Amino acid sequence: MPKITYISEDNKTITVEVQNGLTVMEGAIQNDIPGIDADCGGGMSCATCHVYVDENWLAKLPQKEDGEEDMLDMAFEPKKNSRLSCQLIVSDELDGLIVNTPSKQG
Amino acid sequence: MIKTDVLIIGAGPTGLFCAHQLGIIGLSCEIVDNLDKVGGQCIELYPDKPIYDIPAIPECTGEELTDNLIKQIKPFNVNFHLNERVEEIKKINTRWSVKTNKNKEFDVASIVIAGGVGSFEPRKFPLKESKKFEGKSLFYSIKDKTIFKDKTISIFGGGDSALDWAIELSETSNVNLIHRRDGFSGAESSVQKVKELNKKGKIKLFTKYQIDKIIGDKEIELVKIKHDDGEIKEIRSDYVLGFFGLVMQLGPILEWGLNIDKKKVDVNTENFETNINGIFAIGDICSYPGKLKLILSGFHEGALAARGCFKYAKPDEKLRFEFTTTSKAAQERLGIKK
Repeated sequence: MPKITYISEDNKTITVEVQNGLTVMEGAIQNDIPGIDADCGGGMSCATCHVYVDENWLAKLPQKEDGEEDMLDMAFEPKKNSRLSCQLIVSDELDGLIVNTPSKQG
Repeated sequence: MIKTDVLIIGAGPTGLFCAHQLGIIGLSCEIVDNLDKVGGQCIELYPDKPIYDIPAIPECTGEELTDNLIKQIKPFNVNFHLNERVEEIKKINTRWSVKTNKNKEFDVASIVIAGGVGSFEPRKFPLKESKKFEGKSLFYSIKDKTIFKDKTISIFGGGDSALDWAIELSETSNVNLIHRRDGFSGAESSVQKVKELNKKGKIKLFTKYQIDKIIGDKEIELVKIKHDDGEIKEIRSDYVLGFFGLVMQLGPILEWGLNIDKKKVDVNTENFETNINGIFAIGDICSYPGKLKLILSGFHEGALAARGCFKYAKPDEKLRFEFTTTSKAAQERLGIKK
């Protein structure tokens, strides 16, 4: 199973195995990883599963849809490497993905 | 003091349909919601977006769904208490006393929490100093636009609220509009209008900039904004407005002694009652094995919670199962004349 690493704002690193087909958000929720709220449950309508993707991984991810970019306007401190983790679907290609969770989701 | 059978917290689709189910079985209810309008997330987050998974409705928008639910509960004359948040609940003998932030009091037999993911509150600037200006020269919503006349206003955001206010205030104020990227999520016609006003010098537009610092003693004097490439600009501002949508906060519900895990209230699936007798939770806020955050699940939960409320409202009566197609009592309650 692909491994996904979540790094919190105070540098606590948690690596978990996430099944192919689940999202990076679901991987965090199922493994009780703090820093991801996902209030809307993956509907791209709340921006509380916001993560900063590790720079080395940014180009390897599928492009954002318009709706994701619109929603990121609402995120807390969005940056160039901001993504909504509910839109990142885990696959073998994402094995080793590193994301940083922001200091706050809202 | 308002006396009724059930108080529903939350006027989203789940709360509305629960009111219908209560009405059908002959219970009265009132609904409190923190927002200024009925509809919950449907209206606040996606009024124009289509929904495809409401049974027997192939497609409708959040607004249409809300309008239809309001129509469906019309016969029951349900009172809404909008712009109000439930703050305190207290058990008095067999009933509950409920108080809102506007000091309204309810005396009810049971409470149904249909609060979605909590009350909506504006999302704020990530700066520490923003708090000290909040409500004085920094706002997340506008109550009195006259205070901005002839002043310099810096508006942050790229959605409809940011664009609409930039356009409106540009008539009487100097407006700076600052947004984190070139694209906007607001309506295309508003985007065009802002660009026109920018060309005419009525709105100063700063894209790919985000707020970096707010400077001022008692009142805001200037804001520092930072470009994607690191460049910092200072812009003089009397007022700062931020429009970054809404976040949901569970708020006072956390303090009622309910079993809450990850912002969700544990319920049983028989009648969606919580660990506290007489308090039910339905819709996105409740949690049980297999929970789906779908509107249709909320409808089911509301129907069962309504039946669960019956024994608290009418302890001496027995609830008989009936269909609306054939029940005379239900049809009378619906105001159907034959």
